[in-house]
Amino acid sequence: MAKVFLYPTTSLILSDLVARFGHTPLSAALQIRERIQTPGLESPPLQITPEEPKKGLKWAAVEVPSGVRGRMSLYGPMIDKAEAAIIINNADYSFGCMGCARTNELIKFLIRKRDIPVLDLEYPMNENEGVEFVAAIKRFLDGLHGGEV
Amino acid sequence: MTAYSPRYTGTVTKYIFVESPEMTPSDLAIRAYEISHGVMIKETCFGLQVTGNEDEVNQIVNSLRALDPAHIFVKDRGFPPGDPRRCRANLGGARPGYFGHEFEMDLIRNVSKGLESLPSRKPEDIPHPPAPSAAPRLDAARLKKIIESQES
Repeated sequence: MAKVFLYPTTSLILSDLVARFGHTPLSAALQIRERIQTPGLESPPLQITPEEPKKGLKWAAVEVPSGVRGRMSLYGPMIDKAEAAIIINNADYSFGCMGCARTNELIKFLIRKRDIPVLDLEYPMNENEGVEFVAAIKRFLDGLHGGEV
Repeated sequence: MTAYSPRYTGTVTKYIFVESPEMTPSDLAIRAYEISHGVMIKETCFGLQVTGNEDEVNQIVNSLRALDPAHIFVKDRGFPPGDPRRCRANLGGARPGYFGHEFEMDLIRNVSKGLESLPSRKPEDIPHPPAPSAAPRLDAARLKKIIESQES
């Protein structure tokens, strides 16, 4: 069973398919859950504290905006743990403020730098694309350790 | 600064989305209540949220998924249901974070079709998924030359 990083990290489709085909999806919810379930000082809405941008220094330089570094404290540990990644490139909804956009670029860069198996896709816009999309993900996941092949 | 004491520590929450012509969220909720054994189930307009011990939640998720495997989708959620920081009952309007689900639910029937056709597909068939365009983009060196030509 391999740990598979998802991009977008909140994707329902990717999270479901990775778990369905027997691997562990690394999604943003796991990191948020860890923070939500840890006692400390109230820091709504996501329990992101001033400590997070400091932790983010491991993945982004000090001159990088704190918004990017704070986000990297969520995604960075998952990128480090990942044994494979699936990236959907036309996820327009994941675009937000400049922090999100730069974080998204940094995530993709760090994933490619890790030299792990990466599957690059786009969202399926019709049924034929859906058939190929699911088959490609299944084939990719079966090829990872703990997969069916 | 106030102290923060988390609720439902040690639990996991999962979203169960149903997009099926044969099953509604309330059908799914009734089935979930039958097998829940104390796990918290919340019915929503798109499906369910299930909160509890990880093993019990996984067991329920697997049982529910078996009802309509190609049309039931599951993902983790960070917050428990009804959390005052996320629940729209407290926020006074639509809560953030559903834009991604809304976008993906429009496309999910294509994924369902893919899941349905998977057993009939030969293992040696090479998939040709929708992939990002390979058209070359303007590279930095070329951009620099353009800038320099305009400056001179």
